[in-house]
Amino acid sequence: MYGAQLLLAAPEFWVLAMACVIMVVDLFLREERRGIIHMLAMLTVIFAAIITLRGDYLVDGMTSVTAFSNSFIRDPMGDVLKVFSFVIMGLIFTYSKFYLRNFKMFRADFFTLSLFALLGVMLLISANSMLMIYLGLELISLSVYALVAFNRDSSRGTEAAMKYFVLGSMASGMLLYGMSMIYGATGSLDLPTIASAIQQQGSDDILLTFGLVFVVVGIAFKFGAVPFHMWIPDVYEGAPPAVILFVSSVPKLAAFAMAYRFLSSGLGELHVHWQSMLAVLALLSIVLGNLAAIMQTNIKRMLAYSTISHMGFVFLGLIPGTAYGFGASMYYVIVYGIMSVASFAMVILLSANGVEAENMDDFKGLNRRNPYYAAIMGLVMFSMAGVPPMVGFFAKLMVLKAVIDAGMMWLAVTAVVFAVIGAFYYLRIVKFMYFDDPEHETTVFAPVDFGTALTLNGAMILGLGMFSSSLIAICMTSFGL
Amino acid sequence: MNGFLLSILIWLPMLGAVAVMVAGEQRPAMAKGLALVIASATFLLGLPLFFSFDTSTAAMQFVENRPWIETFNINYHLGVDGFSAPLILLTMLFGVLVVIAGWRSIQKNVNQYMAAFLVMEGLMIGVFAALDALLFYVFFEAMLIPMFLVIGVWGGPRRVYATIKFFLYTFLGSVFMLIGLIYLYIQSGTWEILAWHDMPLSLTVQKWLFLGFLAAFSVKIPMFPVHTWLPDAHVEAPTGGSVVLAAIMLKIGGYGFIRFSLPITPDASAALDWLVIALSLIAVVYIGFVALVQQDMKKLIAYSSISHMGFVTLGLFIAFSIYRRTGGVSGAALGIEGAMMQMISHGFISGALFLTVGVLYDRVHSRMIKDYGGVANTMPWFAMFAVYFLLANSGLPGTSGFVGEFMVILSAFQANFWFAFLAGLTLILGAAYNLWLAKRVIFSDVQNREVENLQDINFREALVLGVLAVAVLFFGLWPQPLIDMMQASVDHLLQHIIQSKVI
Repeated sequence: MYGAQLLLAAPEFWVLAMACVIMVVDLFLREERRGIIHMLAMLTVIFAAIITLRGDYLVDGMTSVTAFSNSFIRDPMGDVLKVFSFVIMGLIFTYSKFYLRNFKMFRADFFTLSLFALLGVMLLISANSMLMIYLGLELISLSVYALVAFNRDSSRGTEAAMKYFVLGSMASGMLLYGMSMIYGATGSLDLPTIASAIQQQGSDDILLTFGLVFVVVGIAFKFGAVPFHMWIPDVYEGAPPAVILFVSSVPKLAAFAMAYRFLSSGLGELHVHWQSMLAVLALLSIVLGNLAAIMQTNIKRMLAYSTISHMGFVFLGLIPGTAYGFGASMYYVIVYGIMSVASFAMVILLSANGVEAENMDDFKGLNRRNPYYAAIMGLVMFSMAGVPPMVGFFAKLMVLKAVIDAGMMWLAVTAVVFAVIGAFYYLRIVKFMYFDDPEHETTVFAPVDFGTALTLNGAMILGLGMFSSSLIAICMTSFGL
Repeated sequence: MNGFLLSILIWLPMLGAVAVMVAGEQRPAMAKGLALVIASATFLLGLPLFFSFDTSTAAMQFVENRPWIETFNINYHLGVDGFSAPLILLTMLFGVLVVIAGWRSIQKNVNQYMAAFLVMEGLMIGVFAALDALLFYVFFEAMLIPMFLVIGVWGGPRRVYATIKFFLYTFLGSVFMLIGLIYLYIQSGTWEILAWHDMPLSLTVQKWLFLGFLAAFSVKIPMFPVHTWLPDAHVEAPTGGSVVLAAIMLKIGGYGFIRFSLPITPDASAALDWLVIALSLIAVVYIGFVALVQQDMKKLIAYSSISHMGFVTLGLFIAFSIYRRTGGVSGAALGIEGAMMQMISHGFISGALFLTVGVLYDRVHSRMIKDYGGVANTMPWFAMFAVYFLLANSGLPGTSGFVGEFMVILSAFQANFWFAFLAGLTLILGAAYNLWLAKRVIFSDVQNREVENLQDINFREALVLGVLAVAVLFFGLWPQPLIDMMQASVDHLLQHIIQSKVI
């Protein structure tokens, strides 16, 4: 019996084991052999993906299986999110290797911490009880606090880590507080039991509603939705780009899973209450994110505000609380992860020669310096702006449909108007790359593996758009559609 | 082969663009040659669209239909009727002409320039051929990317302002349409444009949808008062960009009215036709005056384009008042056919005019009218073409410019005398700004050194202008082949729109 349960969590155990192995192996490696660490990390995610995909745990029309006294759940949605986390993680490791080498930070700690954070992501995705949610969340957060300060000598990195730590702890506290209220009202930690308890006793319990508010705050903080977005620009600006690659992508997938598990599996009965809260968060994020991004001259801060606005769009899909809406949100969050790593890979690419690319000016004349990478960045920017046939358009289309389905036409109209306003700052990057002359003519160089990963990344952005049918179908079937 | 014809026409230029990008990286001559081969091949392959076109039916032809995104019932559905086939032919013709026109004048990143135009050609054919609303939208929006780059990279001094304005204006217009399309999908469960034609809708819903479509297409065509991006974009765009913009992209707005607004929301179109007619007449008259005072040749032609597009929207939307007044649709058919004729003819003429400005700009590097004068003395062949196209632009009988305008004015008479009167003013205004332009630039004495040293057009330029001149003359004298092509579709459209869809 236990064997079967352990097998369900095989990917998690594999990642945990490998994180420890890497930690130990590093002790015995000489400086010039460090490359092995990177290879081990890549192996970890590749095998984790294989293990996840090969698990045929669903029998006789079951839609999910739980383990460890109901606190761990394995279902198709979780598997899809995990596999995409691994794919994105593989890209991240490849991109960050180049950066870490360039900036003499190539140490095993980066990979160990990243893998622990990944483990947290996996646990959060598979969490079926509030305890597990908190465990996963804190595992991600603590690893990421350390990662943000990874460049020990950078005062801005330390500052960002401090800010993130203080705000993050507050958010965790809020979430815990909310959880304790829900526990008080329903007498259970695991989400299905909470759901049935609420069904029995009715949803107009003031304690429950208060609990919900704090839980939504916790979720919003994790996503970085306005008004809980303050940490995002500072962290993005201060942390090394190799770390932002991670912060901006994979944890968002986990945050989506957390939102779904919490709001739908657990507090689905309180839909009327959280619907309006999410609508406000979504609206504020889209409006403020897009407006603030226009004013930035620092590329990382711009991308930070762009993240905020994208998270607003993810929330749009959550609002209706329907299977379709969750599917649309899931699609959006995966697509955003793919786009986001590509954009920060470009920042890393331009950071060569020991100087980090920070200002948008660094993109000036990129088309003259390297037309190939300029074209990829162009794809990413148009995709983020939501211009077809790039995948970003289809993501926006799906969440918009979810909102219109729910009868919130005004929200859809506001969202698209601000998407157009947002298009301006993406176009500005294209303008720098294509219309301006370079400030210096140095060629842009990338090692083969970096170039291959970026090519793959770009191909995903275009290919998943033009042949969007499969990924959309995968996301929809995860929710039984 | 007919089963794949439209796909070939869409994807050959786009895949060819990739080849041009790669092969022409360091070799501009190679890029140009390859682009010319691809554009010509597309044109030749597309000729069956004219020769094998069945003029007796309004049904879609050359249909392709396969699933694209099954989860949402989105299909890769292509097909043409009497409205789209002529516009695709026009697009393919200009696909070849812009490559030839950019042969000398483009020095920077030649491979990217050629690739951008090929991609644009494929996407524009896709817009006209798409029968699935989402597919249409994808092509409609994707088209902005190459144009954005063309204006921004190869444009004039204020190109960044112009191109961002162009992009955001069009983008803003079309997202409202997107909301409308999603709404229609939710109501009907399909993205088929033709299925939406037969879908009953309440008047209120129709009005909102109509306004959504109007937001997208009035910016594209463009109508007063959302036309201001056009002069900027035209002035800053390189010659090829202006040509494609004027000759084809503006027509996508008109085509959108025909494919979406009129048949999907006929009752709203009937209820709000006064709005479109009023804006059209303002465009015809007011913008005609604005064109008169321009100092910049490209700006003048741009304003003249807006004014001419006023005829297109007028021709399309007077159908309802004619029907209300006479109870029949024969006069209305004349108006819609006139609008279509006007679109095709304006494609030839405005394209040709931008090319003639391009010829002068390549030599003198100025678009200002005051820098010229007496060009006829040094460039007699060029002067012949230029004056001919300017006359065609003012609607000289015997040229295609006359046919469309005349049909629309005739039709407008059946709707309301004052419509026809105001529209008819264009014959005076058009003649005024065109002939005055000819006087100041082409005729009178040689004004300065630059003009004195001008070389007449070479074979390449003469070829491009010659082709367009023949087309203008041909359709001016014998528009019948085009009218035959669209007749069945026009009748079908009219029968459709006079029936109420209100539930």
